[in-house]
Amino acid sequence: MNGVRKAQTSPARSRFRDEDLPGYLFMAPWILGFLLFTLGPTLASLGLAFTKFDLLSPPQWIGVDNFTFMFTQDQRFWNALRVTFVYLLLEVPLKLAFALAIAMAMDKGIRGGDLYRALFYVPSLLGGSVAIAVLWRQLFQGDGVVNQVLLWLFGVQGPSWISNPETSLYTLVILAVWQFGSPMIIFLAGLRQIPAELYEAASIDGATRWKQFWRITLPLLAPVLFFNIVFQTIEAFKAFTPAFIISGGTGGPVDSTLFYTLYLYQEAFAHFRMGYASALAWVLLVIIGVCTTLSFLASKYWVFYEDER
Amino acid sequence: MSAEAGPGQVGSEPTIVGVIARHVLLIAGSVLMLYPLLWMLASSFKPEAGIFSNLSLIPPSLNPKNYIDGWNALEVSFSRFYWNSFLIAILVVIGNVMSCSLTAYAFARLRFRGRNILFALMMMTLMLPYHVTLIPQYVLFLNIGWIDTILPLVVPKFLAVDAFFIFLMVQFFRGLPRELDEAAKIDGCGPWRIYWMIILPLSKPVLATAAIFSFLWTWNDFFGPLIYLNDISRYTVPLALRAFVDSTGTSAWGQLFAMSTLAIAPIFLFFLLFQRLIIRGVAMSGLKG
Repeated sequence: MNGVRKAQTSPARSRFRDEDLPGYLFMAPWILGFLLFTLGPTLASLGLAFTKFDLLSPPQWIGVDNFTFMFTQDQRFWNALRVTFVYLLLEVPLKLAFALAIAMAMDKGIRGGDLYRALFYVPSLLGGSVAIAVLWRQLFQGDGVVNQVLLWLFGVQGPSWISNPETSLYTLVILAVWQFGSPMIIFLAGLRQIPAELYEAASIDGATRWKQFWRITLPLLAPVLFFNIVFQTIEAFKAFTPAFIISGGTGGPVDSTLFYTLYLYQEAFAHFRMGYASALAWVLLVIIGVCTTLSFLASKYWVFYEDER
Repeated sequence: MSAEAGPGQVGSEPTIVGVIARHVLLIAGSVLMLYPLLWMLASSFKPEAGIFSNLSLIPPSLNPKNYIDGWNALEVSFSRFYWNSFLIAILVVIGNVMSCSLTAYAFARLRFRGRNILFALMMMTLMLPYHVTLIPQYVLFLNIGWIDTILPLVVPKFLAVDAFFIFLMVQFFRGLPRELDEAAKIDGCGPWRIYWMIILPLSKPVLATAAIFSFLWTWNDFFGPLIYLNDISRYTVPLALRAFVDSTGTSAWGQLFAMSTLAIAPIFLFFLLFQRLIIRGVAMSGLKG
């Protein structure tokens, strides 16, 4: 009652106060969850990163030893970084290229567009599921489907792609690229917002399709493209299940599929080096943070939003 | 000629040849995309010896032997794993929809001090890789005796830890006309009744989207159960599949494919039923992101 009257006399300030209590009540689950499961653990893992901790005895402060060891002596750390970056640098551009190409092929006035969209999206629906990793393991093994097809088409006997360290990582890249459905749908939504008149005007002026792509489609799609790059990059850093299932949890053969996350998992839950794993987690956080910041800075030069013009 | 037909076609009518070329490309593409899945389905009906030599998508007969053998191949039957997976997924759906909609309502509609800072914090958690919180969370759950129960997988969801859904709902709630709230307020409705009787009933699409994605992601999740569940009787379907791979190696592909097919069957069912919501949800996450 009182609040209502106050609101009428000085609307802005007192209404603010009125909704404080309900605001915090509605927010209570989130605030509790944030403190218990996000902020608390994040700070705790920063602390643990400077300790030696095996779960059995209390954490033991060792200063920056975890980081010195990681950067100067830990070959597997550097290898995991290399594997992750090779994977990411191949997977993200290829996935986005397929996503954009297929989105453009099914954009505008093609019959059955919705059906195609659904069919191409199906693999992405299955995400990092174990079932798909199991299937992949069969497809790319020595007598798997891929080699059967190669034999049938070209008469060549292919190697066992998953047990050869030279090729094993690429089978995971193919798996990820196969699941290009999400960025494809996002591209499609973006393409549908580009006014058709732009293309009409351009073609009257004699612009080729190639030119229209570079001068109209790509610039107007830049915000969507940027979102896809950032999002897919973060996802690629987090990839875990396919590598785990296909390599039987080892990241093998000879660590060729040892993703950063897989290495972190092994350190934490196979060797119970919780302090070291926390340090690895924080290094990952910093790497992702730096990559995201850099892409935001770079985006100033190539991404322009509608309302900025 | 086909130059006029492709994507972003030139204003005038696309040529027939161009349209056919696009259809050919799209059909060939979808066949290639779906072949591995269809082959897995077909192979799950083939006798063990016939799987590798056979690229065909038509099994010789619809013999359910692999399904029956696979279902009971581990010491605990897949009925149990299905129930475990289903229970976790349903609880996560309930938790996410309840807690995230409460939070999103506060962000979208209530004005309270510190709201902007809290919103910024919430957005930051979207970017945070779960690895950073993983180990302290594990230690916490270990200390309160929750390891090898489903609680670590479920309880946090009741505290709105999935910021993505909050974000999705805030976007949606903001799009609802404020006049409705104002009118209800004049009629003497408090925030709770506005949330319960006005906002929620109008927000079925976004609530359904959140529920569907919660279910799909939880159903597929491997990492969480891998860390928190130890006893085979508590395994989810993905964990059971992994145990199946480890125990049979490469000797029982037919059964393995049968169980893999069953593992992803609910996902397909969801897609058939809720295709529109799923696709719109994906598109929404990318626009205005």
